[in-house]
Amino acid sequence: MGTHSRSGQGGTDRGEPVTKDTQLQTETVVHDKTAFMVRREHHLISLIFILGLFGVWELTAQRGLVSPLFLPAPSAILVTGYKMILSGEIFHHIGASLWRIFWGFSCAAVIGTFVGILLGFFSVAESIGNPIIASTYPIPKIAILPLLILWLGIGEYSKITVIGLGVFFPMVINVYTGVRNADPVLIKAAISLGSNRQQIIRKVILPSALPMIFAGLKLGIGIALLLVVAAEMIAADAGIGFLILTSADLMQTTKLMFGISILSMLGLIFSWLIDKLEQLCIPWKK
Amino acid sequence: MRVVIENISKTFEDGTGGHTEALRDINLSNEENEFLVVVGPSGCGKSTLLNIVAGLLPGTSGKVVFEGIPDESRPHTAVVFQEFALFPWRTVERNVAYGPEERGLPRKERQEIVRYYIDLVGLTGFEKRYPHQLSGGMKQRVSIARALANDPWLLLMDEPFSALDAQTRTIMQGELSLIYEKTRKSVLYITHNIQEAVFLGDRVVILSRRPGRVERIIPIDLPRPRQEHVVMEPKFLSYADQIWGHIRDQAREALTEENP
Repeated sequence: MGTHSRSGQGGTDRGEPVTKDTQLQTETVVHDKTAFMVRREHHLISLIFILGLFGVWELTAQRGLVSPLFLPAPSAILVTGYKMILSGEIFHHIGASLWRIFWGFSCAAVIGTFVGILLGFFSVAESIGNPIIASTYPIPKIAILPLLILWLGIGEYSKITVIGLGVFFPMVINVYTGVRNADPVLIKAAISLGSNRQQIIRKVILPSALPMIFAGLKLGIGIALLLVVAAEMIAADAGIGFLILTSADLMQTTKLMFGISILSMLGLIFSWLIDKLEQLCIPWKK
Repeated sequence: MRVVIENISKTFEDGTGGHTEALRDINLSNEENEFLVVVGPSGCGKSTLLNIVAGLLPGTSGKVVFEGIPDESRPHTAVVFQEFALFPWRTVERNVAYGPEERGLPRKERQEIVRYYIDLVGLTGFEKRYPHQLSGGMKQRVSIARALANDPWLLLMDEPFSALDAQTRTIMQGELSLIYEKTRKSVLYITHNIQEAVFLGDRVVILSRRPGRVERIIPIDLPRPRQEHVVMEPKFLSYADQIWGHIRDQAREALTEENP
């Protein structure tokens, strides 16, 4: 390299940087300035933290720092839970709650989807339905339960109905939005390929709205869980809400906390199920 | 089959009392098996015209008549949209099968049609893919196959290659030319690209800017099949130059004017 003669000041005939030899050594390597924005997952940290939390809790309870009446040890909750599973008591309550959720949720999902499509597609239905929905949607559904009990009796129907009402509104609103946001060019394409209105609803509008339908289902299942517990606390002789309330009355804090853990698990299972169903129904979603 | 566009005018109302005259007194008709291209500067209402012919938009006055259609078993038109407009929940083959499905053809016949047109556009092997798994050029091939599979009397194409990059576009133009020569289907083709218009068209209709009017119709006397290198020929260039001469000033006006 040394023997090679430089051709003037402007650069070299071998494409080497101009700065070399001829000017000051001011090399600056370009760094990735966005490096800090990369999100990493810290599985180990989350695991350690959760285990640590339970450990501290367990120790606090065992040392008697807090009365078990207020905060029983996790192990005590597990033992109680195990007993309730063996005796079948817990299944009795889970079964009662699930049954109410199932009927309330599935009826409302079907009716809500149907009404949502109606409102989204037909302008007459929209102008009748929208004011009604806008004025009834903000009512906390649990406030209607006493009225429903008056109408339908204290049995299952009033509870199922209140759950259904809670699920119905997010379903209708989501489906309606999904239908209204269906890509007009897809509708035009279907028309140009010979579809009539009914075929457009079935083959274009409905699949377009599917992601929003599932968004509604996810919202709805959370509300269903909330309402079943609330309804069971007001008037029931079985169910997770009933279990939690009576356990509190009897100062059986371990039972109460086990009931709460069951609710947490139910919530996780429901959203997992809906996610799976969504993947199954929307295979084209990236 | 001929489509006759008689005195079509279109004025858009914008709801606040203002209106835009998009088309004025368009008179136009095609020949049997003709590839008719409509070209014009942005805002000349060429897509509006296509939508009116497709029955996807009402004209303000005038009418579109299809002459010489013996029976109603086949659809008058099928549209290839600029945005592809593929159904994202349908695989390639089910997108192509959409028209035959709506016409109620038996399953066996449907499958044959689908296989034929997927082969015609060169998508064999991609039947089970979803649109989001395809490139833009491949999506537009599906869209062309879908329109052809419905066996329309007139194929309507609304700037079908505008959303594609320049290289893909050149390739697609060549392929469309081949498909046309194979099927001899009547085509009404909308574009703002002059080269494309000359390369594809039997006749090129130049629309003027707002309101769109037929400014001139230029027959393109270039032999078919047209190969890619035809674009280098003096005759091709002189056609392109002639059309650009008609459009240039108006295209420049369109640049400085706000969109309505």
